[in-house]
Amino acid sequence: MVNLIWVFMTVIGIVFAMFNGTMDEVNKAIFSGAKEAVTICIGLISVLVFWLGMMKIAEEAGLLKKFTALFRPLVTKLFPEVPKNHPAMGYILSNMMANLFGLGNAATPLGIKAMEELKKLNGGKSTASNSMITFLALNTSSVTLIPTTVIAIRMNYHSASPTDIVGPTLIATIFSAIAGISIDRFFYYRRLKKGG
Amino acid sequence: MEFVSLISLWMIPSLIGFILLYGTYKRVPTYESFVEGGKEGISIAFSIIPFLIGMLVAISVFRASGALEYFMGFLKPFLDFVGVPSEVAPLAIIRPISGNAALGMTSDLIATYGPDSYIGRLAATIQGSTDTTLYVLTVYFGAVGIRKMGDALKVGLLADLVGFIVAIVVVTLFFGK
Repeated sequence: MVNLIWVFMTVIGIVFAMFNGTMDEVNKAIFSGAKEAVTICIGLISVLVFWLGMMKIAEEAGLLKKFTALFRPLVTKLFPEVPKNHPAMGYILSNMMANLFGLGNAATPLGIKAMEELKKLNGGKSTASNSMITFLALNTSSVTLIPTTVIAIRMNYHSASPTDIVGPTLIATIFSAIAGISIDRFFYYRRLKKGG
Repeated sequence: MEFVSLISLWMIPSLIGFILLYGTYKRVPTYESFVEGGKEGISIAFSIIPFLIGMLVAISVFRASGALEYFMGFLKPFLDFVGVPSEVAPLAIIRPISGNAALGMTSDLIATYGPDSYIGRLAATIQGSTDTTLYVLTVYFGAVGIRKMGDALKVGLLADLVGFIVAIVVVTLFFGK
Protein backbone atom coordinates (compact mmCIF):
# COMPACT_ATOMS: atom_id res chain seq x y z
CA MET A 1 0.00 0.00 0.00
CA VAL A 2 2.81 2.43 0.89
CA ASN A 3 4.58 1.58 -2.34
CA LEU A 4 1.47 2.37 -4.34
CA ILE A 5 0.78 5.66 -2.57
CA TRP A 6 4.39 6.70 -2.95
CA VAL A 7 4.55 5.98 -6.68
CA PHE A 8 1.10 7.50 -7.16
CA MET A 9 2.04 10.83 -5.58
CA THR A 10 5.32 11.13 -7.47
CA VAL A 11 4.17 9.96 -10.91
CA ILE A 12 0.85 11.81 -10.84
CA GLY A 13 2.75 14.90 -9.72
CA ILE A 14 5.13 14.65 -12.67
CA VAL A 15 2.35 13.94 -15.19
CA PHE A 16 0.39 16.82 -13.75
CA ALA A 17 3.35 19.15 -14.11
CA MET A 18 3.51 18.31 -17.84
CA PHE A 19 -0.01 19.59 -18.44
CA ASN A 20 -0.01 22.26 -15.79
CA GLY A 21 3.26 23.91 -16.81
CA THR A 22 4.66 23.49 -13.33
CA MET A 23 7.75 21.43 -14.27
CA ASP A 24 9.99 24.14 -12.88
CA GLU A 25 8.29 24.01 -9.46
CA VAL A 26 8.48 20.20 -9.50
CA ASN A 27 12.22 20.32 -10.17
CA LYS A 28 12.71 22.59 -7.22
CA ALA A 29 10.35 20.54 -5.06
CA ILE A 30 12.39 17.35 -5.54
CA PHE A 31 15.46 18.85 -3.96
CA SER A 32 13.78 21.08 -1.42
CA GLY A 33 11.79 18.05 -0.21
CA ALA A 34 14.95 15.99 0.17
CA LYS A 35 16.68 18.83 1.96
CA GLU A 36 13.75 19.32 4.34
CA ALA A 37 13.88 15.61 5.24
CA VAL A 38 17.55 15.81 6.14
CA THR A 39 17.00 19.01 8.13
CA ILE A 40 14.25 17.30 10.13
CA CYS A 41 16.46 14.28 10.86
CA ILE A 42 19.44 16.40 11.88
CA GLY A 43 17.10 18.33 14.17
CA LEU A 44 15.94 15.03 15.63
CA ILE A 45 19.49 14.00 16.60
CA SER A 46 19.69 16.41 19.55
CA VAL A 47 16.30 15.40 20.92
CA LEU A 48 16.84 11.68 20.36
CA VAL A 49 20.27 11.64 21.98
CA PHE A 50 19.15 13.68 24.97
CA TRP A 51 15.94 11.83 25.77
CA LEU A 52 17.25 8.35 25.03
CA GLY A 53 20.18 9.14 27.35
CA MET A 54 17.79 10.26 30.09
CA MET A 55 15.55 7.27 29.58
CA LYS A 56 18.53 4.93 29.87
CA ILE A 57 19.15 6.29 33.37
CA ALA A 58 15.46 5.95 34.20
CA GLU A 59 15.48 2.39 32.91
CA GLU A 60 18.58 1.34 34.85
CA ALA A 61 17.27 2.96 38.02
CA GLY A 62 14.08 0.89 37.71
CA LEU A 63 11.91 4.00 37.24
CA LEU A 64 10.44 2.77 33.99
CA LYS A 65 9.27 -0.47 35.64
CA LYS A 66 7.65 1.37 38.55
CA PHE A 67 5.95 3.75 36.20
CA THR A 68 4.64 0.86 34.11
CA ALA A 69 3.25 -0.91 37.17
CA LEU A 70 1.35 2.24 38.11
CA PHE A 71 -0.53 2.64 34.85
CA ARG A 72 -0.56 -0.93 33.65
CA PRO A 73 -4.28 -1.63 34.05
CA LEU A 74 -4.98 1.13 31.54
CA VAL A 75 -2.98 -0.33 28.70
CA THR A 76 -2.95 -4.11 29.09
CA LYS A 77 -6.38 -4.25 27.45
CA LEU A 78 -5.15 -2.20 24.50
CA PHE A 79 -2.05 -4.33 24.00
CA PRO A 80 -3.07 -7.92 24.78
CA GLU A 81 -0.06 -9.27 22.88
CA VAL A 82 2.53 -7.46 25.01
CA PRO A 83 3.59 -9.39 28.16
CA LYS A 84 2.85 -7.42 31.33
CA ASN A 85 6.42 -6.84 32.43
CA HIS A 86 7.93 -6.31 29.01
CA PRO A 87 9.96 -3.09 28.55
CA ALA A 88 7.73 -2.26 25.55
CA MET A 89 4.92 -1.50 28.02
CA GLY A 90 7.12 1.06 29.82
CA TYR A 91 8.03 2.84 26.62
CA ILE A 92 4.46 2.84 25.30
CA LEU A 93 3.27 4.42 28.55
CA SER A 94 6.07 6.98 28.70
CA ASN A 95 5.33 7.93 25.09
CA MET A 96 1.64 8.40 25.89
CA MET A 97 2.50 10.55 28.91
CA ALA A 98 4.93 12.67 26.90
CA ASN A 99 2.25 13.24 24.25
CA LEU A 100 -0.34 14.06 26.88
CA PHE A 101 1.82 16.76 28.42
CA GLY A 102 2.79 18.17 25.04
CA LEU A 103 6.44 17.09 25.30
CA GLY A 104 6.45 16.30 21.60
CA ASN A 105 10.21 16.11 21.34
CA ALA A 106 10.39 13.56 24.15
CA ALA A 107 7.50 11.56 22.72
CA THR A 108 9.23 10.67 19.45
CA PRO A 109 12.34 8.99 20.95
CA LEU A 110 10.17 7.08 23.42
CA GLY A 111 7.83 6.02 20.64
CA ILE A 112 10.72 4.76 18.54
CA LYS A 113 12.01 2.75 21.51
CA ALA A 114 8.54 1.30 21.98
CA MET A 115 8.46 0.30 18.30
CA GLU A 116 11.88 -1.34 18.68
CA GLU A 117 10.65 -3.44 21.60
CA LEU A 118 7.45 -4.33 19.75
CA LYS A 119 9.53 -5.46 16.78
CA LYS A 120 11.57 -7.74 19.07
CA LEU A 121 8.29 -9.18 20.38
CA ASN A 122 7.23 -9.83 16.81
CA GLY A 123 10.34 -11.91 16.13
CA GLY A 124 12.14 -9.08 14.32
CA LYS A 125 9.88 -9.32 11.27
CA SER A 126 9.60 -6.33 8.92
CA THR A 127 5.79 -6.55 8.98
CA ALA A 128 3.72 -4.38 11.32
CA SER A 129 2.29 -6.36 14.26
CA ASN A 130 -1.15 -5.81 15.77
CA SER A 131 0.35 -4.00 18.76
CA MET A 132 2.32 -1.68 16.48
CA ILE A 133 -0.81 -0.66 14.61
CA THR A 134 -2.66 0.02 17.87
CA PHE A 135 0.30 2.03 19.13
CA LEU A 136 0.40 4.15 15.98
CA ALA A 137 -3.35 4.68 16.06
CA LEU A 138 -2.86 6.17 19.52
CA ASN A 139 0.03 8.29 18.34
CA THR A 140 -1.49 9.75 15.20
CA SER A 141 -4.45 11.01 17.20
CA SER A 142 -1.97 12.30 19.82
CA VAL A 143 -3.98 13.19 22.90
CA THR A 144 -2.62 16.51 24.16
CA LEU A 145 -3.53 18.56 27.23
CA ILE A 146 -1.95 21.78 26.02
CA PRO A 147 -1.48 22.39 22.28
CA THR A 148 1.47 24.76 22.74
CA THR A 149 2.25 25.52 19.08
CA VAL A 150 -1.32 26.53 18.31
CA ILE A 151 -1.52 28.71 21.43
CA ALA A 152 1.70 30.43 20.34
CA ILE A 153 0.23 31.19 16.88
CA ARG A 154 -2.94 32.57 18.45
CA MET A 155 -0.86 34.80 20.71
CA ASN A 156 1.06 36.06 17.69
CA TYR A 157 -2.16 37.22 16.09
CA HIS A 158 -3.33 38.93 19.30
CA SER A 159 -6.15 36.64 20.28
CA ALA A 160 -8.25 37.97 23.16
CA SER A 161 -7.83 34.64 24.90
CA PRO A 162 -5.22 32.44 23.20
CA THR A 163 -5.93 29.43 25.40
CA ASP A 164 -9.72 29.25 24.96
CA ILE A 165 -9.31 26.50 22.35
CA VAL A 166 -7.68 24.18 24.91
CA GLY A 167 -10.99 22.66 25.99
CA PRO A 168 -12.38 22.05 22.49
CA THR A 169 -9.02 20.69 21.33
CA LEU A 170 -8.91 18.25 24.25
CA ILE A 171 -12.43 17.01 23.51
CA ALA A 172 -11.69 16.65 19.78
CA THR A 173 -8.43 14.84 20.41
CA ILE A 174 -10.02 12.44 22.93
CA PHE A 175 -12.76 11.60 20.45
CA SER A 176 -10.27 11.03 17.64
CA ALA A 177 -8.23 8.79 19.95
CA ILE A 178 -11.33 6.79 20.87
CA ALA A 179 -12.20 6.58 17.18
CA GLY A 180 -8.63 5.53 16.40
CA ILE A 181 -8.77 2.72 18.94
CA SER A 182 -12.23 1.55 17.84
CA ILE A 183 -11.25 1.54 14.17
CA ASP A 184 -8.05 -0.25 15.09
CA ARG A 185 -10.04 -2.90 17.00
CA PHE A 186 -12.34 -3.34 14.01
CA PHE A 187 -9.43 -4.14 11.70
CA TYR A 188 -7.74 -6.13 14.47
CA TYR A 189 -10.65 -8.56 14.85
CA ARG A 190 -10.99 -8.74 11.09
CA ARG A 191 -7.33 -9.81 10.84
CA LEU A 192 -7.84 -12.35 13.62
CA LYS A 193 -10.75 -13.86 11.71
CA LYS A 194 -8.63 -14.13 8.60
CA GLY A 195 -6.06 -15.89 10.76
CA GLY A 196 -3.48 -13.10 10.36
CA MET B 1 -4.54 29.37 32.41
CA GLU B 2 -1.35 30.88 33.87
CA PHE B 3 -1.21 27.88 36.16
CA VAL B 4 -1.24 25.53 33.19
CA SER B 5 1.58 27.34 31.41
CA LEU B 6 3.55 27.37 34.66
CA ILE B 7 3.20 23.60 34.90
CA SER B 8 4.37 23.05 31.35
CA LEU B 9 7.33 25.34 31.98
CA TRP B 10 8.42 23.36 35.04
CA MET B 11 7.64 19.92 33.73
CA ILE B 12 10.78 19.08 31.75
CA PRO B 13 13.38 20.48 34.17
CA SER B 14 11.67 18.78 37.13
CA LEU B 15 11.46 15.50 35.25
CA ILE B 16 15.17 15.65 34.43
CA GLY B 17 16.05 16.56 38.02
CA PHE B 18 13.95 13.72 39.34
CA ILE B 19 15.47 11.11 37.00
CA LEU B 20 19.01 12.22 37.89
CA LEU B 21 18.40 12.24 41.66
CA TYR B 22 16.60 8.91 41.60
CA GLY B 23 19.36 7.40 39.42
CA THR B 24 22.02 8.60 41.84
CA TYR B 25 20.04 7.21 44.77
CA LYS B 26 19.84 3.82 43.01
CA ARG B 27 23.61 3.99 42.34
CA VAL B 28 23.25 4.07 38.55
CA PRO B 29 26.41 5.36 36.80
CA THR B 30 24.31 8.28 35.56
CA TYR B 31 26.66 10.04 33.17
CA GLU B 32 27.89 6.83 31.59
CA SER B 33 24.35 5.51 31.17
CA PHE B 34 23.29 8.80 29.62
CA VAL B 35 26.09 8.63 27.05
CA GLU B 36 25.41 4.98 26.32
CA GLY B 37 21.69 5.53 25.82
CA GLY B 38 22.27 8.69 23.82
CA LYS B 39 24.51 6.92 21.30
CA GLU B 40 21.50 4.99 20.09
CA GLY B 41 19.80 8.26 19.18
CA ILE B 42 22.40 9.07 16.53
CA SER B 43 21.94 5.83 14.63
CA ILE B 44 18.16 6.11 14.88
CA ALA B 45 18.16 9.65 13.46
CA PHE B 46 20.33 8.58 10.54
CA SER B 47 18.30 5.48 9.82
CA ILE B 48 15.15 7.60 9.37
CA ILE B 49 16.71 9.83 6.68
CA PRO B 50 16.01 7.63 3.60
CA PHE B 51 12.39 7.01 4.68
CA LEU B 52 11.74 10.68 5.22
CA ILE B 53 13.48 11.80 2.03
CA GLY B 54 11.40 9.36 0.00
CA MET B 55 8.16 10.50 1.57
CA LEU B 56 8.84 14.23 1.59
CA VAL B 57 10.06 14.33 -2.02
CA ALA B 58 6.88 12.56 -3.17
CA ILE B 59 4.71 14.95 -1.14
CA SER B 60 6.59 18.03 -2.38
CA VAL B 61 6.31 16.94 -6.02
CA PHE B 62 2.62 16.19 -5.60
CA ARG B 63 2.04 19.58 -4.02
CA ALA B 64 4.26 21.71 -6.27
CA SER B 65 2.81 20.26 -9.48
CA GLY B 66 -0.66 21.47 -8.54
CA ALA B 67 -1.96 17.89 -8.36
CA LEU B 68 -2.82 18.21 -4.66
CA GLU B 69 -5.01 21.21 -5.31
CA TYR B 70 -6.71 19.38 -8.17
CA PHE B 71 -7.49 16.32 -6.06
CA MET B 72 -8.75 18.52 -3.26
CA GLY B 73 -11.42 19.61 -5.70
CA PHE B 74 -12.65 16.00 -5.78
CA LEU B 75 -12.61 15.60 -2.02
CA LYS B 76 -14.28 18.92 -1.32
CA PRO B 77 -17.87 17.87 -2.09
CA PHE B 78 -17.41 15.01 0.36
CA LEU B 79 -16.00 17.31 3.04
CA ASP B 80 -18.80 19.80 2.35
CA PHE B 81 -21.22 16.96 2.86
CA VAL B 82 -19.86 16.06 6.31
CA GLY B 83 -19.97 19.76 7.21
CA VAL B 84 -16.37 20.92 6.87
CA PRO B 85 -16.52 24.64 5.98
CA SER B 86 -14.91 25.27 2.61
CA GLU B 87 -12.28 27.60 4.13
CA VAL B 88 -10.78 24.86 6.29
CA ALA B 89 -11.32 21.96 3.85
CA PRO B 90 -7.78 22.29 2.41
CA LEU B 91 -6.38 22.23 5.95
CA ALA B 92 -8.30 19.06 6.75
CA ILE B 93 -6.84 17.40 3.66
CA ILE B 94 -3.26 18.53 4.21
CA ARG B 95 -3.17 17.95 8.00
CA PRO B 96 -2.40 14.20 7.86
CA ILE B 97 0.02 14.60 4.94
CA SER B 98 2.38 17.43 5.78
CA GLY B 99 2.89 18.97 9.22
CA ASN B 100 4.74 22.06 7.98
CA ALA B 101 2.22 22.81 5.25
CA ALA B 102 -0.63 22.40 7.74
CA LEU B 103 1.03 24.71 10.24
CA GLY B 104 1.51 27.29 7.51
CA MET B 105 -2.14 26.98 6.49
CA THR B 106 -3.34 27.30 10.08
CA SER B 107 -1.30 30.48 10.59
CA ASP B 108 -2.64 31.79 7.33
CA LEU B 109 -6.27 31.07 8.25
CA ILE B 110 -5.80 32.66 11.67
CA ALA B 111 -4.16 35.72 10.10
CA THR B 112 -6.91 36.07 7.47
CA TYR B 113 -10.00 35.44 9.58
CA GLY B 114 -8.65 36.51 12.98
CA PRO B 115 -7.75 34.23 15.91
CA ASP B 116 -11.12 34.64 17.62
CA SER B 117 -13.28 34.01 14.55
CA TYR B 118 -15.11 30.74 13.93
CA ILE B 119 -12.72 29.77 11.12
CA GLY B 120 -9.66 30.81 13.15
CA ARG B 121 -10.72 28.75 16.15
CA LEU B 122 -11.67 25.78 14.01
CA ALA B 123 -8.29 25.83 12.23
CA ALA B 124 -6.51 26.00 15.59
CA THR B 125 -8.53 23.10 16.99
CA ILE B 126 -7.95 20.93 13.91
CA GLN B 127 -4.24 21.72 13.99
CA GLY B 128 -3.96 20.95 17.68
CA SER B 129 -6.12 17.86 17.97
CA THR B 130 -4.47 15.56 15.42
CA ASP B 131 -0.95 14.73 14.33
CA THR B 132 0.64 14.35 10.90
CA THR B 133 -0.34 10.72 10.35
CA LEU B 134 1.93 10.12 7.36
CA TYR B 135 4.94 11.59 9.17
CA VAL B 136 4.32 9.57 12.33
CA LEU B 137 4.02 6.37 10.30
CA THR B 138 7.14 7.16 8.25
CA VAL B 139 9.31 7.99 11.26
CA TYR B 140 8.15 5.21 13.60
CA PHE B 141 8.05 2.44 11.03
CA GLY B 142 11.18 3.76 9.31
CA ALA B 143 13.23 3.88 12.50
CA VAL B 144 12.76 0.17 13.15
CA GLY B 145 12.67 -0.97 9.52
CA ILE B 146 9.05 -2.03 9.17
CA ARG B 147 8.19 -2.26 5.48
CA LYS B 148 4.66 -3.65 5.58
CA MET B 149 2.45 -1.19 7.45
CA GLY B 150 -0.69 -3.36 7.49
CA ASP B 151 -3.84 -1.44 8.32
CA ALA B 152 -1.97 1.37 10.11
CA LEU B 153 -2.50 4.03 7.43
CA LYS B 154 -6.21 3.29 7.05
CA VAL B 155 -6.74 3.40 10.81
CA GLY B 156 -4.80 6.65 11.16
CA LEU B 157 -6.62 8.47 8.35
CA LEU B 158 -10.09 7.35 9.44
CA ALA B 159 -9.33 8.51 12.99
CA ASP B 160 -8.23 11.87 11.58
CA LEU B 161 -11.55 12.22 9.75
CA VAL B 162 -13.47 11.57 12.97
CA GLY B 163 -11.22 14.10 14.71
CA PHE B 164 -12.08 16.81 12.14
CA ILE B 165 -15.80 16.21 12.43
CA VAL B 166 -15.64 16.30 16.22
CA ALA B 167 -13.56 19.50 16.06
CA ILE B 168 -16.24 21.17 13.94
CA VAL B 169 -19.06 20.04 16.25
CA VAL B 170 -17.23 21.05 19.43
CA VAL B 171 -16.08 24.45 18.16
CA THR B 172 -19.62 25.21 16.96
CA LEU B 173 -21.08 24.17 20.34
CA PHE B 174 -18.48 26.11 22.36
CA PHE B 175 -18.30 29.34 20.43
CA GLY B 176 -21.19 29.29 17.92
CA LYS B 177 -20.70 30.12 14.27
